[in-house]
Amino acid sequence: MDEALVERIQQNPKFKELVQKKGGFSWLLAVVMLVIYYGFILVIAFSPATLGTPLSAGSVTTVGIPVGVLIILSAFVITGIYVRRANTEFDRLTREVVEEAKQ
Amino acid sequence: MIRKTLQSLSASALLALVSAQSWAAGSIDGAVTKRDLNWHAIIMFFIFVAFTLGITYWAARRTRSAKDFYAAGGGISGFQNGLAIAGDYMSAASFLGISAMVFDKGYDGLIYSIGFLVGWPVITFLVAERLRNLGKYTFADVASYRLGQTPVRSFAATGTLVVVALYLIAQMVGAGKLIQLLFGMDYTYAVVLVGILMVLYVMFGGMLATTWVQIIKAILLLSGASFMAFMVLKHSGFSFENMFAQAVEVKNMAAQALAAKAATASEVAAAAVASNAADASAAVASAAAAAKAADAAAKVNIMAPGGLVSNPIDAISLGLALMFGTAGLPHILMRFFTVKDAKEARKSVFYATGFIGYFYILTFIIGFGAITLVATNPDFKAAAGGLIGGSNMAAIHLANAVGGDFFLGFISAVAFATILAVVAGLTLSGASAVSHDLYASVIKKGKANEADEIRVSKITTLFLGVVAIVLGILFEKQNIAFMVGLAFSIAASANFPVLFLSMFWKGLTTRGAVIGGAIGLISAVVLIILGPAVWEVTLGNPKGSAPFAYSNPAIFSMTMAFFFTWLISVMDNSEQAQNERALFLPQFIRSMTGIGAEGASKH
Repeated sequence: MDEALVERIQQNPKFKELVQKKGGFSWLLAVVMLVIYYGFILVIAFSPATLGTPLSAGSVTTVGIPVGVLIILSAFVITGIYVRRANTEFDRLTREVVEEAKQ
Repeated sequence: MIRKTLQSLSASALLALVSAQSWAAGSIDGAVTKRDLNWHAIIMFFIFVAFTLGITYWAARRTRSAKDFYAAGGGISGFQNGLAIAGDYMSAASFLGISAMVFDKGYDGLIYSIGFLVGWPVITFLVAERLRNLGKYTFADVASYRLGQTPVRSFAATGTLVVVALYLIAQMVGAGKLIQLLFGMDYTYAVVLVGILMVLYVMFGGMLATTWVQIIKAILLLSGASFMAFMVLKHSGFSFENMFAQAVEVKNMAAQALAAKAATASEVAAAAVASNAADASAAVASAAAAAKAADAAAKVNIMAPGGLVSNPIDAISLGLALMFGTAGLPHILMRFFTVKDAKEARKSVFYATGFIGYFYILTFIIGFGAITLVATNPDFKAAAGGLIGGSNMAAIHLANAVGGDFFLGFISAVAFATILAVVAGLTLSGASAVSHDLYASVIKKGKANEADEIRVSKITTLFLGVVAIVLGILFEKQNIAFMVGLAFSIAASANFPVLFLSMFWKGLTTRGAVIGGAIGLISAVVLIILGPAVWEVTLGNPKGSAPFAYSNPAIFSMTMAFFFTWLISVMDNSEQAQNERALFLPQFIRSMTGIGAEGASKH
């Protein structure tokens, strides 16, 4: 990649927009996932009984079961949210940056 | 007192980690007895082998260039790659290990599977696309992108080979024992058979064959596990509440039976003491043991978190190792180069996350099903109590309970196929570290011709196959429970920090990467050896004597790797370091836009 091209892309406001939006969104979602997971771990470490509470009086199923399944689902859903936005908005921006760089 | 409790907790946490990942822990450890030849399993396994060798033949005719060999020509789709990644992750160990953990401890098994899953979204957001845009065949391509080729590639190849070797030994030993148990085949023959097949796949079919073997196995495993979960749910009238209630009932009955046994034993002991019988002390001891067992059984609540993760430091450390270790496993990272661009790379992790999450939900149901359908059936009980072959066989027995001999054969064959697919992927990544990183880049300084590079790769594959067979046989009777845990810790503490900083931090220099990464690698190894898993379990020192109290070093070794990489990089004022920092911008632009990235080969 020659210096002129690097310079041109770096100065392109669309590239700046891409970096800002994609970088920000990626880190945001990564932090969301980390908070969900380590939040779960800390609850287990400090208050395991919480997850062992029955869902309703007399039921065997505990709060921990839907919470666990929801965490598994959240991993899939959050990834899906990212992929959806990246496939449309970010990829469009990237394509524009690449095309403008070629001119 | 508290310290002791923490130590025993950390030991059990590590054992759990390991049993979730490798064969080595728990019951398939040490000597196992051979069963009678299981013809259903053997025939189905040979159908699988014949079919995959057919694929290898097909792939061999399409594998001409280095790009074909290492990266399947870059022509795998996101969906296919997602299945292959899931296949790499759903090892036989996680299938049998996690369902065994659910079978024994209920909810704790779910906690573990969540730990294995949550790394994937983070890999999608931060690693997958950048890796695809920057690299060609190995993660060293990315780590050394703007740094000194020779030192960084040598370091990355070392990290790769260490991780691959540890993982491979654990898989080979596990394979030998599992096959002995399932098929009734001799340990040595089993290990040799696995070694030969993996060499055939990799040497002739390269990444294309390895990927398709992985995809087929992933589909077989997901279908088999889905069927089992369906049958378990059918048994409880498709009600989770019923399923849990039945399992809790079984566990309570077992606990009551133990309590009754303890009561009888204590009466016997009391009578013996009263009559001053000769065996009084033995009777007292057996009563105490029975009371302890009853007490332990009464304490297990399969519907709530048990003792596994009650030490926050170990819990977090384990979480870090699982999460970032996954992002540092060379055979997983290599998969991102098999797709055509960053978009497919991103899609492949999305599909992989879905398949892996679904798989863990299935194993959870399977574990509970095994409590109800296997633990209550005397056919599956060993004379000494517990399951025939140990808890790790829970899913296998369940296959028999819900689908008879034929389905048992199917699941056994799938378990074997799974090991085969995983070792093939490991071997390929080890071979590419030698041929692409060490031979082509370090020795030939990037001037090797492609045919020679592929030849070196194939020779290395053969060599790795022989080494794996020999080590597999040597380690048969060793306690190698720590090896997979160690592989994850090294991946998280050596490979991951260097890879991550090379993509995200402008200030990283060659010196910082190599020294910081080496510190991560060495500290992970040393802390594992000083920790309870090796110090007490493998080396046989008394319990509680380990100099390092935690079972998982990642929180310390990973922090050290990041810290020293940073420190040495900022102190590095050499001219080379200045150049390397200046090269970050073009690298960053390529990682974001894909300009200049490797495309798919056209044929």
